[in-house]
Amino acid sequence: MGFLKICKQKAWLLGTALGIVFLGLGAAGGQLEIVWKKAVMICLECIGIG
Amino acid sequence: MMRKNLRLKVQILFTILTNGYAYGFLNGKIYQGTLKYACVPGLNCYSCPGAIGSCPIGALQAVLNQRNLQIPFGVLGFLFVFGSILGRFVCGWLCPFGLVQDVLHRIQLFRKRKRLPYHSVLKYGKYATLIFLVCIGSLFLFGGFAKVPAFCKYLCPSGTLFGALPLLSGNQLLRSQAGGLFFWKLGILLALLILSVKIYRPFCQYLCPLGAIYGWFNRFSLVRIHWEEERCISCHACEGACPVGLSLKEISRSPECIRCGRCVRACSVECLHFGNRKPVLEKEKK
Repeated sequence: MGFLKICKQKAWLLGTALGIVFLGLGAAGGQLEIVWKKAVMICLECIGIG
Repeated sequence: MMRKNLRLKVQILFTILTNGYAYGFLNGKIYQGTLKYACVPGLNCYSCPGAIGSCPIGALQAVLNQRNLQIPFGVLGFLFVFGSILGRFVCGWLCPFGLVQDVLHRIQLFRKRKRLPYHSVLKYGKYATLIFLVCIGSLFLFGGFAKVPAFCKYLCPSGTLFGALPLLSGNQLLRSQAGGLFFWKLGILLALLILSVKIYRPFCQYLCPLGAIYGWFNRFSLVRIHWEEERCISCHACEGACPVGLSLKEISRSPECIRCGRCVRACSVECLHFGNRKPVLEKEKK
Protein backbone atom coordinates (compact mmCIF):
# COMPACT_ATOMS: atom_id res chain seq x y z
CA MET A 1 0.00 0.00 0.00
CA GLY A 2 1.41 3.37 -1.00
CA PHE A 3 2.49 5.94 1.55
CA LEU A 4 0.02 8.50 0.19
CA LYS A 5 -2.86 6.04 0.48
CA ILE A 6 -1.98 5.30 4.11
CA CYS A 7 -1.77 9.05 4.84
CA LYS A 8 -5.17 9.55 3.27
CA GLN A 9 -6.68 6.69 5.25
CA LYS A 10 -5.28 8.00 8.53
CA ALA A 11 -5.99 11.70 7.87
CA TRP A 12 -8.93 11.52 10.26
CA LEU A 13 -6.47 10.69 13.06
CA LEU A 14 -4.44 13.80 12.28
CA GLY A 15 -7.63 15.88 12.16
CA THR A 16 -8.78 14.49 15.53
CA ALA A 17 -5.37 15.14 17.10
CA LEU A 18 -5.39 18.68 15.71
CA GLY A 19 -8.89 19.13 17.13
CA ILE A 20 -7.72 18.05 20.58
CA VAL A 21 -4.78 20.48 20.39
CA PHE A 22 -7.16 23.28 19.33
CA LEU A 23 -9.48 22.39 22.20
CA GLY A 24 -6.57 22.65 24.62
CA LEU A 25 -5.53 26.01 23.18
CA GLY A 26 -9.09 27.29 23.34
CA ALA A 27 -9.56 26.11 26.91
CA ALA A 28 -6.25 27.70 27.94
CA GLY A 29 -7.30 30.98 26.30
CA GLY A 30 -10.60 31.04 28.19
CA GLN A 31 -12.73 30.51 25.09
CA LEU A 32 -14.81 27.71 26.59
CA GLU A 33 -15.70 30.13 29.39
CA ILE A 34 -16.94 32.62 26.75
CA VAL A 35 -19.05 29.88 25.14
CA TRP A 36 -20.49 28.82 28.50
CA LYS A 37 -21.37 32.39 29.48
CA LYS A 38 -23.22 32.86 26.18
CA ALA A 39 -24.96 29.48 26.39
CA VAL A 40 -26.36 29.78 29.91
CA MET A 41 -28.13 33.09 29.21
CA ILE A 42 -31.20 33.15 26.98
CA CYS A 43 -29.83 34.26 23.60
CA LEU A 44 -32.21 37.04 22.57
CA GLU A 45 -30.85 37.09 19.01
CA CYS A 46 -31.46 33.34 18.65
CA ILE A 47 -35.11 33.66 19.66
CA GLY A 48 -35.65 36.72 17.49
CA ILE A 49 -36.16 39.48 20.05
CA GLY A 50 -32.60 40.76 20.45
CA MET B 1 -27.40 -5.14 6.27
CA MET B 2 -28.55 -1.90 7.88
CA ARG B 3 -31.88 -2.19 9.63
CA LYS B 4 -34.83 -0.13 8.39
CA ASN B 5 -35.61 2.89 10.59
CA LEU B 6 -32.34 2.50 12.53
CA ARG B 7 -31.35 6.04 11.52
CA LEU B 8 -34.70 7.48 12.61
CA LYS B 9 -34.35 5.79 16.01
CA VAL B 10 -30.81 7.15 16.45
CA GLN B 11 -31.94 10.64 15.42
CA ILE B 12 -34.82 10.63 17.92
CA LEU B 13 -32.65 9.19 20.70
CA PHE B 14 -29.87 11.74 20.15
CA THR B 15 -32.34 14.64 19.98
CA ILE B 16 -33.85 13.55 23.31
CA LEU B 17 -30.39 13.02 24.80
CA THR B 18 -29.09 16.48 23.85
CA ASN B 19 -32.36 18.20 24.77
CA GLY B 20 -33.12 16.22 27.89
CA TYR B 21 -33.51 19.07 30.40
CA ALA B 22 -37.25 18.58 30.92
CA TYR B 23 -37.41 21.12 33.77
CA GLY B 24 -36.58 23.86 31.24
CA PHE B 25 -39.59 23.03 29.06
CA LEU B 26 -41.89 23.05 32.07
CA ASN B 27 -40.70 26.40 33.40
CA GLY B 28 -39.62 28.32 30.30
CA LYS B 29 -35.99 28.47 31.51
CA ILE B 30 -32.74 27.09 30.13
CA TYR B 31 -30.11 24.71 31.54
CA GLN B 32 -27.17 26.54 33.13
CA GLY B 33 -24.89 23.66 34.10
CA THR B 34 -21.29 22.86 33.24
CA LEU B 35 -22.19 20.62 30.26
CA LYS B 36 -22.66 23.81 28.25
CA TYR B 37 -18.90 24.28 28.18
CA ALA B 38 -19.00 21.62 25.44
CA CYS B 39 -20.54 21.80 21.99
CA VAL B 40 -22.95 19.19 20.67
CA PRO B 41 -22.19 17.97 17.13
CA GLY B 42 -25.41 19.12 15.42
CA LEU B 43 -27.23 22.43 14.97
CA ASN B 44 -28.95 22.53 18.35
CA CYS B 45 -29.80 26.00 19.73
CA TYR B 46 -28.42 26.54 23.24
CA SER B 47 -31.47 28.63 24.02
CA CYS B 48 -33.69 25.57 23.64
CA PRO B 49 -35.09 25.02 27.15
CA GLY B 50 -34.01 21.38 27.00
CA ALA B 51 -30.51 21.88 25.53
CA ILE B 52 -27.73 20.50 27.69
CA GLY B 53 -24.86 21.48 25.38
CA SER B 54 -23.83 24.42 23.22
CA CYS B 55 -24.52 24.88 19.52
CA PRO B 56 -21.19 24.88 17.61
CA ILE B 57 -22.26 27.70 15.26
CA GLY B 58 -23.61 29.80 18.13
CA ALA B 59 -20.40 29.14 20.06
CA LEU B 60 -18.26 30.09 17.06
CA GLN B 61 -20.10 33.40 16.77
CA ALA B 62 -19.89 34.04 20.54
CA VAL B 63 -16.08 33.91 20.31
CA LEU B 64 -15.98 36.01 17.10
CA ASN B 65 -18.26 38.57 18.80
CA GLN B 66 -15.60 39.33 21.42
CA ARG B 67 -14.03 42.80 21.28
CA ASN B 68 -10.49 41.49 20.97
CA LEU B 69 -10.14 39.54 17.74
CA GLN B 70 -9.16 35.92 18.42
CA ILE B 71 -8.99 32.69 16.48
CA PRO B 72 -11.80 30.52 17.91
CA PHE B 73 -9.55 27.55 18.71
CA GLY B 74 -11.91 26.03 21.29
CA VAL B 75 -14.87 25.73 18.91
CA LEU B 76 -12.62 24.74 15.99
CA GLY B 77 -11.38 21.95 18.25
CA PHE B 78 -14.88 20.52 18.65
CA LEU B 79 -15.53 20.90 14.91
CA PHE B 80 -12.26 19.16 13.99
CA VAL B 81 -12.92 16.24 16.35
CA PHE B 82 -16.55 15.73 15.26
CA GLY B 83 -15.71 16.36 11.60
CA SER B 84 -12.63 14.14 11.42
CA ILE B 85 -14.41 11.21 13.04
CA LEU B 86 -17.94 11.59 11.70
CA GLY B 87 -17.97 14.03 8.75
CA ARG B 88 -21.53 14.75 7.64
CA PHE B 89 -22.70 11.62 9.44
CA VAL B 90 -23.58 14.27 12.06
CA CYS B 91 -26.08 15.81 9.61
CA GLY B 92 -27.64 12.51 8.67
CA TRP B 93 -27.83 10.89 12.09
CA LEU B 94 -27.34 13.38 14.93
CA CYS B 95 -28.82 16.76 13.98
CA PRO B 96 -32.21 17.63 15.54
CA PHE B 97 -33.15 20.06 12.75
CA GLY B 98 -32.25 17.40 10.20
CA LEU B 99 -34.64 15.04 11.98
CA VAL B 100 -37.47 17.59 11.71
CA GLN B 101 -36.88 17.97 7.96
CA ASP B 102 -36.67 14.19 7.50
CA VAL B 103 -39.99 13.66 9.27
CA LEU B 104 -41.69 16.39 7.23
CA HIS B 105 -40.38 14.88 3.99
CA ARG B 106 -42.23 11.67 4.83
CA ILE B 107 -45.58 13.45 4.53
CA GLN B 108 -47.18 12.31 1.30
CA LEU B 109 -48.45 15.71 0.21
CA PHE B 110 -46.51 16.95 -2.81
CA ARG B 111 -44.65 15.17 -5.59
CA LYS B 112 -41.19 14.74 -4.08
CA ARG B 113 -38.04 16.31 -5.52
CA LYS B 114 -34.49 15.67 -4.43
CA ARG B 115 -33.17 19.10 -5.34
CA LEU B 116 -34.24 22.62 -6.13
CA PRO B 117 -33.83 23.98 -9.68
CA TYR B 118 -30.38 25.57 -10.11
CA HIS B 119 -29.02 23.18 -7.49
CA SER B 120 -25.49 23.42 -8.87
CA VAL B 121 -25.44 27.12 -7.96
CA LEU B 122 -27.70 27.11 -4.92
CA LYS B 123 -25.65 24.42 -3.13
CA TYR B 124 -22.97 27.07 -2.56
CA GLY B 125 -25.46 29.01 -0.45
CA LYS B 126 -24.27 27.20 2.67
CA TYR B 127 -20.70 28.39 2.08
CA ALA B 128 -21.99 31.95 1.56
CA THR B 129 -23.91 31.66 4.85
CA LEU B 130 -20.77 30.45 6.62
CA ILE B 131 -18.54 33.19 5.21
CA PHE B 132 -20.87 36.19 5.18
CA LEU B 133 -23.21 35.58 8.12
CA VAL B 134 -21.24 33.40 10.55
CA CYS B 135 -17.74 34.82 10.04
CA ILE B 136 -17.84 38.30 8.50
CA GLY B 137 -21.24 39.14 10.01
CA SER B 138 -20.14 38.18 13.51
CA LEU B 139 -16.94 40.19 13.19
CA PHE B 140 -18.25 43.38 11.66
CA LEU B 141 -22.01 43.65 12.24
CA PHE B 142 -22.90 45.79 15.23
CA GLY B 143 -26.17 46.19 17.10
CA GLY B 144 -25.56 49.32 19.17
CA PHE B 145 -22.05 48.94 20.59
CA ALA B 146 -21.96 45.15 20.64
CA LYS B 147 -21.29 42.77 17.79
CA VAL B 148 -24.19 40.50 16.89
CA PRO B 149 -24.29 36.79 16.00
CA ALA B 150 -25.64 37.49 12.52
CA PHE B 151 -26.56 33.90 11.58
CA CYS B 152 -28.48 33.31 14.83
CA LYS B 153 -30.16 36.68 14.61
CA TYR B 154 -31.29 36.76 11.01
CA LEU B 155 -31.47 33.21 9.70
CA CYS B 156 -31.17 30.24 12.07
CA PRO B 157 -34.45 28.29 11.87
CA SER B 158 -33.26 25.87 14.56
CA GLY B 159 -33.15 28.73 17.06
CA THR B 160 -36.71 29.72 16.19
CA LEU B 161 -38.05 26.18 16.38
CA PHE B 162 -36.18 24.80 19.39
CA GLY B 163 -35.43 28.07 21.22
CA ALA B 164 -37.97 30.78 20.47
CA LEU B 165 -41.20 28.82 20.21
CA PRO B 166 -40.86 26.81 23.47
CA LEU B 167 -39.50 29.80 25.41
CA LEU B 168 -42.08 32.27 24.16
CA SER B 169 -44.92 29.84 24.76
CA GLY B 170 -43.86 29.42 28.40
CA ASN B 171 -42.68 32.95 29.21
CA GLN B 172 -45.13 35.87 29.13
CA LEU B 173 -42.37 38.52 29.46
CA LEU B 174 -40.49 37.25 26.40
CA ARG B 175 -43.71 36.89 24.44
CA SER B 176 -44.54 40.54 24.99
CA GLN B 177 -41.20 41.55 23.43
CA ALA B 178 -41.61 39.60 20.18
CA GLY B 179 -41.60 41.97 17.21
CA GLY B 180 -40.64 42.22 13.56
CA LEU B 181 -37.42 40.24 13.88
CA PHE B 182 -39.20 37.32 15.47
CA PHE B 183 -41.80 37.23 12.70
CA TRP B 184 -39.04 37.46 10.05
CA LYS B 185 -37.39 34.40 11.58
CA LEU B 186 -40.73 32.64 11.97
CA GLY B 187 -41.38 33.25 8.26
CA ILE B 188 -38.02 31.69 7.35
CA LEU B 189 -38.76 28.69 9.55
CA LEU B 190 -42.23 28.15 8.08
CA ALA B 191 -40.93 28.52 4.51
CA LEU B 192 -38.21 25.93 5.16
CA LEU B 193 -40.60 23.52 6.90
CA ILE B 194 -43.11 23.69 4.05
CA LEU B 195 -40.32 23.31 1.50
CA SER B 196 -39.05 20.26 3.42
CA VAL B 197 -42.26 18.40 2.58
CA LYS B 198 -41.38 18.63 -1.13
CA ILE B 199 -37.58 18.93 -1.26
CA TYR B 200 -35.27 16.71 0.76
CA ARG B 201 -33.65 18.77 3.54
CA PRO B 202 -33.56 22.20 1.85
CA PHE B 203 -31.85 23.87 4.82
CA CYS B 204 -29.07 21.25 4.97
CA GLN B 205 -28.51 21.30 1.20
CA TYR B 206 -28.54 25.05 0.65
CA LEU B 207 -28.11 27.07 3.85
CA CYS B 208 -26.57 25.21 6.78
CA PRO B 209 -23.10 26.57 7.71
CA LEU B 210 -22.43 23.53 9.88
CA GLY B 211 -23.05 21.26 6.87
CA ALA B 212 -20.57 23.39 4.91
CA ILE B 213 -17.93 22.78 7.60
CA TYR B 214 -18.55 19.06 8.04
CA GLY B 215 -18.74 18.63 4.25
CA TRP B 216 -15.07 19.57 4.04
CA PHE B 217 -14.23 16.66 6.36
CA ASN B 218 -16.25 14.17 4.29
CA ARG B 219 -13.31 13.19 2.06
CA PHE B 220 -11.23 11.80 4.93
CA SER B 221 -13.47 11.25 7.97
CA LEU B 222 -13.35 7.91 9.78
CA VAL B 223 -17.03 7.15 9.32
CA ARG B 224 -17.60 6.91 5.60
CA ILE B 225 -19.26 4.75 2.99
CA HIS B 226 -16.90 2.50 1.07
CA TRP B 227 -17.51 1.39 -2.48
CA GLU B 228 -15.97 -1.84 -3.74
CA GLU B 229 -15.79 -1.32 -7.45
CA GLU B 230 -14.96 -4.96 -8.24
CA ARG B 231 -18.24 -6.16 -6.72
CA CYS B 232 -20.40 -3.47 -8.29
CA ILE B 233 -22.83 -4.61 -11.00
CA SER B 234 -23.64 -1.00 -12.06
CA CYS B 235 -27.36 -1.36 -11.38
CA HIS B 236 -27.44 2.27 -10.14
CA ALA B 237 -29.93 1.36 -7.38
CA CYS B 238 -27.80 3.40 -4.97
CA GLU B 239 -28.12 6.51 -7.13
CA GLY B 240 -31.88 6.09 -7.23
CA ALA B 241 -32.00 5.70 -3.46
CA CYS B 242 -29.71 8.65 -2.65
CA PRO B 243 -31.97 11.40 -1.25
CA VAL B 244 -29.66 14.19 -2.42
CA GLY B 245 -29.20 12.75 -5.91
CA LEU B 246 -25.49 11.88 -5.84
CA SER B 247 -23.87 9.68 -8.46
CA LEU B 248 -22.10 6.46 -7.44
CA LYS B 249 -18.64 8.01 -7.59
CA GLU B 250 -19.75 11.01 -5.52
CA ILE B 251 -21.30 8.92 -2.74
CA SER B 252 -19.35 9.36 0.49
CA ARG B 253 -16.62 11.62 -0.95
CA SER B 254 -18.96 14.47 -1.90
CA PRO B 255 -19.48 17.27 0.65
CA GLU B 256 -23.20 16.81 -0.03
CA CYS B 257 -23.30 13.19 1.26
CA ILE B 258 -24.92 13.09 4.71
CA ARG B 259 -24.09 9.38 5.27
CA CYS B 260 -27.77 8.51 5.59
CA GLY B 261 -26.99 4.98 4.41
CA ARG B 262 -29.89 4.63 1.96
CA CYS B 263 -27.42 3.65 -0.76
CA VAL B 264 -26.04 0.91 1.53
CA ARG B 265 -29.55 -0.48 2.04
CA ALA B 266 -30.36 -0.26 -1.66
CA CYS B 267 -27.26 -2.16 -2.80
CA SER B 268 -28.21 -5.77 -3.54
CA VAL B 269 -24.62 -7.01 -3.86
CA GLU B 270 -23.35 -5.20 -0.75
CA CYS B 271 -20.60 -3.34 -2.54
CA LEU B 272 -21.41 -0.23 -0.50
CA HIS B 273 -20.89 -0.37 3.25
CA PHE B 274 -19.95 1.67 6.29
CA GLY B 275 -16.42 1.10 7.58
CA ASN B 276 -13.35 -0.53 6.11
CA ARG B 277 -14.11 -4.19 6.55
CA LYS B 278 -15.65 -6.07 3.66
CA PRO B 279 -18.97 -7.62 4.76
CA VAL B 280 -19.34 -11.34 4.17
CA LEU B 281 -21.84 -12.04 1.41
CA GLU B 282 -24.49 -14.77 1.77
CA LYS B 283 -23.04 -16.77 -1.13
CA GLU B 284 -19.53 -16.42 0.34
CA LYS B 285 -20.82 -17.85 3.66
CA LYS B 286 -22.02 -20.97 1.82
